[in-house]
Amino acid sequence: MDTFPKLLMRHALERGARPAIREKDRGIWQTWTWRQFADEVRLLAAALAAEGFKRGDHLALIGDNRPRIYAGVCAAQCLGGIPVPLYQDAAAAEMSFPIQNAEIAYALAEDQEQVDKLLEIQPQCPSLRRIYYDDPRGLRHYDQPQLMSYEKLLDLGRAFVARSPGLVDEEIAKGRGGDTAAMFFTSGTTGAPKGVVLTNHALIDRSRAVAELERLGEEDVVLAFMPPAWIGQNIFSYAQPMVAGYCICCPESPETVVNDMREIAPTYYFAPPRVFEALLTQVSVRMEDAGALKRWLYKYFMAVAKRVGTRLLEGQKVSLLERLKYALGDLVVYGPLRNVLGMSKVRIAYTGGEAIGPDLFSFYRSLGINLKQLYGSTETSVFVCVQPDGQAKADTVGPAVAGVELGFTPQRELLIRSPGLFKEYYKNPEATREAKDAEGWFHTGDAGYVDRDGHLRIIDRAKDVGKLADGTLFAPKYLENKLKFFPYIKEAVAFGAGRDRVGAFVNIDMDAVSNWAEKRNLAYSGYTDLAQSDAVYELVAGCIAQANADLAREPELAGSQIHRFLILHKELDADDGELTRTRKVRRRFIGEKYGSLVEALYDDRETVHVEAQVRYEDGRTGTFSADLKIRDAKTFAAAAAKSAA
Amino acid sequence: MSDELLEVRNVSLAFGGVRALSDVSFDVRRREVRAIIGPNGAGKSSMLNVLNGVYHPQQGTIRFENLEFSNMDPHRAAALGIARTFQNIALFKGMTVLDNIMTGRNLKMRCNFLQQALWLGAARREELEHRRAVEEIIDFLEIQHIRRTPVGRLPYGLQKRVELGRALAAEPKVLLLDEPMAGMNLEEKRDMCRFVLDVNDQFGTTLVLIEHDMGVVMDISDRVLVLDYGRKIADGSPQEVRADQKVIDAYLGVAHGA
Repeated sequence: MDTFPKLLMRHALERGARPAIREKDRGIWQTWTWRQFADEVRLLAAALAAEGFKRGDHLALIGDNRPRIYAGVCAAQCLGGIPVPLYQDAAAAEMSFPIQNAEIAYALAEDQEQVDKLLEIQPQCPSLRRIYYDDPRGLRHYDQPQLMSYEKLLDLGRAFVARSPGLVDEEIAKGRGGDTAAMFFTSGTTGAPKGVVLTNHALIDRSRAVAELERLGEEDVVLAFMPPAWIGQNIFSYAQPMVAGYCICCPESPETVVNDMREIAPTYYFAPPRVFEALLTQVSVRMEDAGALKRWLYKYFMAVAKRVGTRLLEGQKVSLLERLKYALGDLVVYGPLRNVLGMSKVRIAYTGGEAIGPDLFSFYRSLGINLKQLYGSTETSVFVCVQPDGQAKADTVGPAVAGVELGFTPQRELLIRSPGLFKEYYKNPEATREAKDAEGWFHTGDAGYVDRDGHLRIIDRAKDVGKLADGTLFAPKYLENKLKFFPYIKEAVAFGAGRDRVGAFVNIDMDAVSNWAEKRNLAYSGYTDLAQSDAVYELVAGCIAQANADLAREPELAGSQIHRFLILHKELDADDGELTRTRKVRRRFIGEKYGSLVEALYDDRETVHVEAQVRYEDGRTGTFSADLKIRDAKTFAAAAAKSAA
Repeated sequence: MSDELLEVRNVSLAFGGVRALSDVSFDVRRREVRAIIGPNGAGKSSMLNVLNGVYHPQQGTIRFENLEFSNMDPHRAAALGIARTFQNIALFKGMTVLDNIMTGRNLKMRCNFLQQALWLGAARREELEHRRAVEEIIDFLEIQHIRRTPVGRLPYGLQKRVELGRALAAEPKVLLLDEPMAGMNLEEKRDMCRFVLDVNDQFGTTLVLIEHDMGVVMDISDRVLVLDYGRKIADGSPQEVRADQKVIDAYLGVAHGA
């Protein structure tokens, strides 16, 4: 079984009546069995064949997690074509590069919103000939000849099957493991996005390695709620279920995820740290609003969990009394909390893609949720390192998964050799050569090392690890993460390379801070007003002082404490290019865009004026101006901390 | 069947000495979006209230399809397929979104009290059918995430949307919207415009709406009726109305009766 379509057909035979995909529609969970899913894929493949889709052609898929989007992925693969999932929340202009780059002629879009974007960029993308859409709402009066509904497309498929019944199965049989299975465009922290070409073999091999490690089977259930264009979601809701035969569930809408999660109770869960962070913020906010007794119970038992929860999960020794307390806590706090989070049945939860805060990480683990970290990227078919059960440390990402070799350059850049490595960057041999050397090592661009237990530890991006003017080590992401781990801080951007000290921009977390303000009867008129209030500045200064105190204890990083900061007037936003689509801070872009603010961090000004263009969701722009305050942060002497340590 | 779904002829309405409407005539065509505009106190809401029978005009007639009335009454209006939303939201605040929309199906429920109380087969089947219809509306208005939320806890813009949902649940032929965008921010307005147009397009519902936002009115309506001091001063396409000197005067103000 060396391709995804072959795996699908086997599932249809072996577990045809078991659920493959569920989707909540009109308030009810609708189930597609493996047999139904396989039939749908076959029919859709026939339809695409009728439309002239051939081996090697690309099919763009733009939409949220929907059974038909996944059927499209597999249908393209059946014919030896290459599915190219694109981020559904990307602006139209961002979509034109992938479509031009791969000269994509066929696209399957979820709804009117996506169709509109495709039609908008069509003048720049002459290759795009056919656009199919799933949800016909609002599209009734569109008469563009290139448009066709999914239903009508399937009709073409039925007619095609009647004419040449065996063709799809013949095409499936022709597929080989070395064929390209999919192409993912990396979000591109710098420069234009790159199309990462992954073969059937790479994706299946990695999916299988971890499915075996975690004993994934047909009983497992996953909720698919991250964008399908993200390799992580694709692995968890397409590649791995194809290998292990488990069921994926598509939420009703992005707003209902929390509720749907509770109804489905997945057993296998994967989310980037920010999702866990948002969930924790929600819990904290709700606990603050709870009655005195509940608050006391929560506080008391969370303290118990903090002491012993993680140790219990790691199978370490815990006294009988503590065990009893934990069991009681499980009854009144942890169990109900897991239930509210929809994690009652979670057997394995992963996080990855970014560093996770140690407090955040141990919060979930202390509740008895088996949260573990993994390390990987699009280029490695995700799985490079995975923490084994019972060995989950907050600051490492675990040992290499079977089949993976790790290496390091003298500059401590991490190198990887694995069966899951990508074939190439599409039409970009230069970038491919840069990333993958002659011996087959993939240069990750991450700096790190392997610790005594054989676990990989990542510090920062290799190119971002810089030096202050006096030569002190400056790892911006490390600092930013330290700040982001405070509930009141949503994003942070640290500056300091080549300068004499470190300064930072901060984004407050509106949910947490507005709740905090409400508790203190602070009046404010909006985000900017709240962010610029003196009380909030004090709050953030307190967080930074705490982070500085931590840094002072680490000899190598003590010199990179944050001296000055300001709170930004707006949330950093992917639509303004300040974050990547996976919400990573684009430090250089922000440094250029807000150059005057950065300069103000390094002189004695108390305030700085900012005038900015804001772009609304519909593409219109407006201007905005405000005076931002700049404050000094408390720093700590490294020497004192050293002697104390 | 004629193109006019609803026709108002020479309607006058007075409260004591106050003349709310004087001799107003207009028609509403099948499947059109018909706007009624005018300065404050021009008689717009009164006109809607005449249409669905809350107010009874002293003179004039209303023709709906082939039936002619000297005045409507609310029950008959509802039974004929005229539904409405209100300027200041009129929902059951303590009930969930789902239940609120379900009340819009009230006239379509055929089972009697006893059947429903005993949850007999027919009542059960009927309930399922209504729930399906309500779910279609919830999906249509994209409010799945608040299905189980009590309406009182929702922000204003969403409450407006729920109210539209309840009106739609009655599967009306004509939907009267009293300032559907009032008090909304730009984004909420845009969403609401889209829903209004989609209702018109997808369900073929005829819409009569009162709105103050001229941008919205000019964008979405097929024809505009302009009232001032209870009198019709203009009627026509948005372009015609916009260019009409009487309309400009009414809005910018000139010395009346001078």
